[in-house]
Amino acid sequence: MDGMGIVKGMGVTLRRFLGTFVDDLKWLGKRYYTEEGVARRRSTDTRGIFTVQYPEEKLPVPEEFRYVPFLVYEEGQDGEKKPRCTSCGICAKVCPPQCIWIERTVNPNTGRPVPEPKAFYIDIDICMNCGFCAEFCPFDAIKMDHDYELSVYDRHQKDIYDLVHLLKPVSYYATIRPKNYALEEAAWAKAAHKPMD
Amino acid sequence: MSEQTVAPVLERSIENELVTRFPECVSLDTRKGYSGVLVKPENLIEVATALRDDLGYDYLVSVTGTDYLPEGMMETVYHIYKATGGPGLVFKAQFPRDHAVVPSLVPVFPGADLQERETWDLLGIRFEGHPDLRRILLWEGFEGHPLRKDWREPFFEEEAKPFKSRWPEGHIQRAEDKNPFSNNVAYPPDFDPDSWVEDKDSMLYESLKRSIKQQGSDIQTDIVMVNMGPQHPSTHGVFRMVVALSGETIVSLKPVMGYLHRNHEKIAERNTYLQIMPYTDRLDYLSSMSNNFGYALAVEKLTGARPPERAEYLRVIMAEFTRICNHLFAIGSLLNDLGAYFTPILYAIEERELILDVFEAVAGSRMMCNYFRFGGVARDLPEGILEQIRKIAFDRLPPKIDELDLYLTNNEIIRSRTEGVGVLTPEQAIAYSAAGPVLRASGVPYDIRRADPYSIYDRFDFDVVVHYHGDAYDRYLVRIEEMRQSVRIIQQAVKDLPGGPIQEGKPQYQVRVPAGEAYGRVEGPKGELGFYVVANGKPNPWRYHVRAPSFINLTPYELMCVGNKVADTVAILGSIDIVLGEVDR
Repeated sequence: MDGMGIVKGMGVTLRRFLGTFVDDLKWLGKRYYTEEGVARRRSTDTRGIFTVQYPEEKLPVPEEFRYVPFLVYEEGQDGEKKPRCTSCGICAKVCPPQCIWIERTVNPNTGRPVPEPKAFYIDIDICMNCGFCAEFCPFDAIKMDHDYELSVYDRHQKDIYDLVHLLKPVSYYATIRPKNYALEEAAWAKAAHKPMD
Repeated sequence: MSEQTVAPVLERSIENELVTRFPECVSLDTRKGYSGVLVKPENLIEVATALRDDLGYDYLVSVTGTDYLPEGMMETVYHIYKATGGPGLVFKAQFPRDHAVVPSLVPVFPGADLQERETWDLLGIRFEGHPDLRRILLWEGFEGHPLRKDWREPFFEEEAKPFKSRWPEGHIQRAEDKNPFSNNVAYPPDFDPDSWVEDKDSMLYESLKRSIKQQGSDIQTDIVMVNMGPQHPSTHGVFRMVVALSGETIVSLKPVMGYLHRNHEKIAERNTYLQIMPYTDRLDYLSSMSNNFGYALAVEKLTGARPPERAEYLRVIMAEFTRICNHLFAIGSLLNDLGAYFTPILYAIEERELILDVFEAVAGSRMMCNYFRFGGVARDLPEGILEQIRKIAFDRLPPKIDELDLYLTNNEIIRSRTEGVGVLTPEQAIAYSAAGPVLRASGVPYDIRRADPYSIYDRFDFDVVVHYHGDAYDRYLVRIEEMRQSVRIIQQAVKDLPGGPIQEGKPQYQVRVPAGEAYGRVEGPKGELGFYVVANGKPNPWRYHVRAPSFINLTPYELMCVGNKVADTVAILGSIDIVLGEVDR
């Protein structure tokens, strides 16, 4: 108990403290508010200060990152939105907190269901971001979004997403999850090819 | 391999031995899919004593109950092991629902204390002879016992998910409308919330006074009651302890919990098997991968699914990373509690941050990973992540753990605050069902990864960390060393990581689980994390119980604290390492 433990410990903090400035000098002007600066601070060789100045700086999210779900639609030629969803209800069944409500379209003449949703609601206050809906959707119609900045002033009115809010184009999906998108497209193409073999 | 073939034979023999020894009151549990023995309630203490004293089963890890409503019967379920390792034994006592009384096992196994209180609270099974049978997670004015199958919440919708109102005619109803505030509670019949006056926790203080009296001091001094928490920064959440003080010395202490209670088990019994998986993330939210692991193992025992090799390795890598994250956080917050303010915890969090980045890239979420599936894992490693895991495990973590060690371990202030504080002897640790670092710091080399190996842990070379003083400092040392061992395991797993599929069969959302019971246990970062699942062939479990290490490690908390100064409660609680999401469930 001669105080050497404390002195050595302070040595560690001193080294860390100086490490920030060494890194600052090495990366003169590029360590903060730049993409490579953020990448440097979250890399495995980071040293010194590693905090990120949100919202000025944002950490890029990985492809698999999941937040609330959205519905994918195909863009028709005249800007028509064709949802991939067939309202089969698997996402509503698999949802652990049961935050998905789907109303199936019924053909008024025949009374038989039509494979597209009449209404689709997700209560994002209840959604637990587990990703099951996207994982088990057989039509790749519901996917997890990357947008995590969802705060609103009036959550009672705005936090139930309806079709208007949920539908996003395939091109958006392809930009946030390029690898998954490519894999799925390949699988669909293969499946479409199969009967002809 | 030899262990796996020998184990069932051994297990069978202990059960037969019990039956031959107590032919009158012990019988084999012959229900399909069940194992273990049934003990007549009136002979429970006799059998438990024999198990402890003569047969070497001295470590009672889990006490819970099940309500078999259709049969009109309830049972208490006990899982017991040898502290020297090996497979365990499950014994049960059955009794009619309308007369749910069994003798308490607290005189034989003090570790049953909080668990029996929980079983009384949630299932309404009365334990005769329990020294302090009060509600523990719910408040005293709560109506009914929620885990009984005929109990329904005021906003009851349906017995099991998926609810029919969601599809195909899903007319949205906002959660607030369905479950309006102030209307979401049911009160006992003669209870009027408007005219209710708080009874000032009279039962709690009565129980404190009783335990003060038991210590029988002959000098009359004034005892001061101090309420620490629920809003106390050192309690890591909403945990409350009522401390009886004589001067500054603790005479008695009672933990009060349940402020974060949401009845995880009832929620799970309404869910399908797969739907429970993301809810387990929210138990101990610092180590969600381990929680997934335990639950997946329990269900896999029932379904017989075998994860492919690659999935097993990925599971181990993730579980060990989780252990490192958790221990970093535990050490950091212990130092925070000791007054080191934020420097150590930020140093710890920096490494945790890198690991969480891996989780985010692999599982999609940093903390609520939801990564395990029955018979595999959700997805394979994305490109480049294996390289990052390698860098973290080989280049980054070893020097950083050494640095943390250098920074803190010999610090005189830390040593004087934690050495000799909160001592738990090995005998006490076993008797009080302590688990994880708390048990191993008391000199009991019990680590489920070695004592009762699961998954592929028998392939890795690592040491079971053990220290012998049983104080807060040794618990800290165990955690530092365990991180090094986890790094070793990850290094081996990364080297051997095979290719191949990551999921047995096709991923499916409706898992067929045959009727029966299973207890899946893993060595979680905080101790033994067990999931007891009873299936009846339906899509949702009949009974689902979590053996929560943070909760059960609080059983010896009073024992550790008595005789210490009031400021030490904080150091001791920090060294136990609790997460309130798991304590309160």
